[in-house]
Amino acid sequence: MTRAAYYRLAFIVAGILLLELLCRTGVIDRLTMQPPSEMVRDLAVLLASGAMNAAMLKTFLNVAVASGVAVVAGIAFGVALHGRRAVRQVLEPLFATYYAIPIYAFYPLLIILFGLGDAPQILIGFALAVVAVIVNTLNGLDRVSRVLVKTARVYRLGPIATALKITLPSAAPYLLTGVRLAVAYAFIGVIGAEFIMSRTGIGYEISFAYNNFDNKIMYPLILLILAVSIAVNAALSQWEKILMRRRSRS
Amino acid sequence: MTVAHVSLHDVTRVYAGGALGHEVHALGPITLQLQKGEFFAVVGPSGCGKSTLLDLIAGLTPATQGTIEFEGRAIKGTVPDGVGVVFQEDACFPWLTVTGNIAFGLREAGIGGEELQRRLDHALDLMGLRDFARAYPAQLSGGMRQRVCIARTLVLQPRLILLDEPFGALDQQTRLLMGDELLRVWRDTGATVLLITHALDEAAMLADRIAVMSARPGRVLEIVETGWPRERDSRIVAAPSFGEITGRLWRSLRDESLKALGRSPGPS
Repeated sequence: MTRAAYYRLAFIVAGILLLELLCRTGVIDRLTMQPPSEMVRDLAVLLASGAMNAAMLKTFLNVAVASGVAVVAGIAFGVALHGRRAVRQVLEPLFATYYAIPIYAFYPLLIILFGLGDAPQILIGFALAVVAVIVNTLNGLDRVSRVLVKTARVYRLGPIATALKITLPSAAPYLLTGVRLAVAYAFIGVIGAEFIMSRTGIGYEISFAYNNFDNKIMYPLILLILAVSIAVNAALSQWEKILMRRRSRS
Repeated sequence: MTVAHVSLHDVTRVYAGGALGHEVHALGPITLQLQKGEFFAVVGPSGCGKSTLLDLIAGLTPATQGTIEFEGRAIKGTVPDGVGVVFQEDACFPWLTVTGNIAFGLREAGIGGEELQRRLDHALDLMGLRDFARAYPAQLSGGMRQRVCIARTLVLQPRLILLDEPFGALDQQTRLLMGDELLRVWRDTGATVLLITHALDEAAMLADRIAVMSARPGRVLEIVETGWPRERDSRIVAAPSFGEITGRLWRSLRDESLKALGRSPGPS
């Protein structure tokens, strides 16, 4: 680990210890929050009880579907868009302002269109994720060297084979950045949607526990979401690093 | 009279829409024949369309006028079977190991199993890449990466090898040694080789015949025969006739190079 990484870790640990201290000394009262150490214990109890299994399965599955579809569709769209300069000039400014749209403002519309089932929740996750994938795909494809594309023609590869075997592998580190963002955005989209327009899922359970002052469920669930999201992100970012290291002189 | 391996007849290439919307007449008309198994080099001032000539023969860019044939068949739009191309730029696939790079074309051609392994082993040994088989291109020097690209081309056993300034990015000593390897490959495979280069000494050392091209639009000014024996290596740079050949190439090329720089030729 680098020096900066040590300090970063120390910073996080210090924050948690401070929170623990503030809770234990009563500066933060029990009704507001239990100490982090108890959250971990409560989470273990909650997971062991199996009470949240259905909610977890539903949420993680929806996040997986939303981010998976966003990755496949986003990369396919990025590849199709890459060579079409006129269409790109029209769309790229829209991508740039896309994340200024408060997507939850549209939730009444989505409920009318898709009802209260899984569909609108997945759709919000997908909608938040897909543009990050498109933007990063385009960025990666822009950096593929022309000689590699020429080489594809020497091997007589068609457009789809060229994309699958040359340009996309060449852009892989950038695609992974897109995937990483897609997972993060899909989490935000799905959990957020569960808060406001669902009767199931971790987001709904958190909001239900909040309304019932049930800290023993609320905080462990928040911790769970945090841990899973960070773990997925870290794994993808590690993979990204491995790919990048392969391409730089060691 | 024998049929030429590669034959260009009145070939021109005009690019539409240059900087100011003008058409750019890049090349030609060129009429040229390459005989089977010969080592042919093309030298010319920068911007004369040397690389365009290679792209035309490779089928990577279409001719505006004229016909190009490889083994008696017209080339249009696609790279013909039996043609291998090595570019000046680093064209290694950075996500594949040396082995993965060399095997790429074989797998595309549906060659696998023992045949793939046999050709792979041969290429690794021929280009001195055995110890680097599992390395990624980023771990190799520029010269080694170019060897990977050459090996990747050779395993497909091309009958025509097109080289676009393949040693342009390498230092002088490495270039001489790579030249030796290229000569050995040429002898061993019996392939026809077309080498595009800006280095007169490189052309003089390697080729049987050398075409000197004019400033843009590039045409063939002269074809110089070196008269080297088939068995040769970089030590011929010490031969007296080597200096004569480079001297002759430079005499044809000097005025054209000045033109390419936008200057008028001085008194000769």
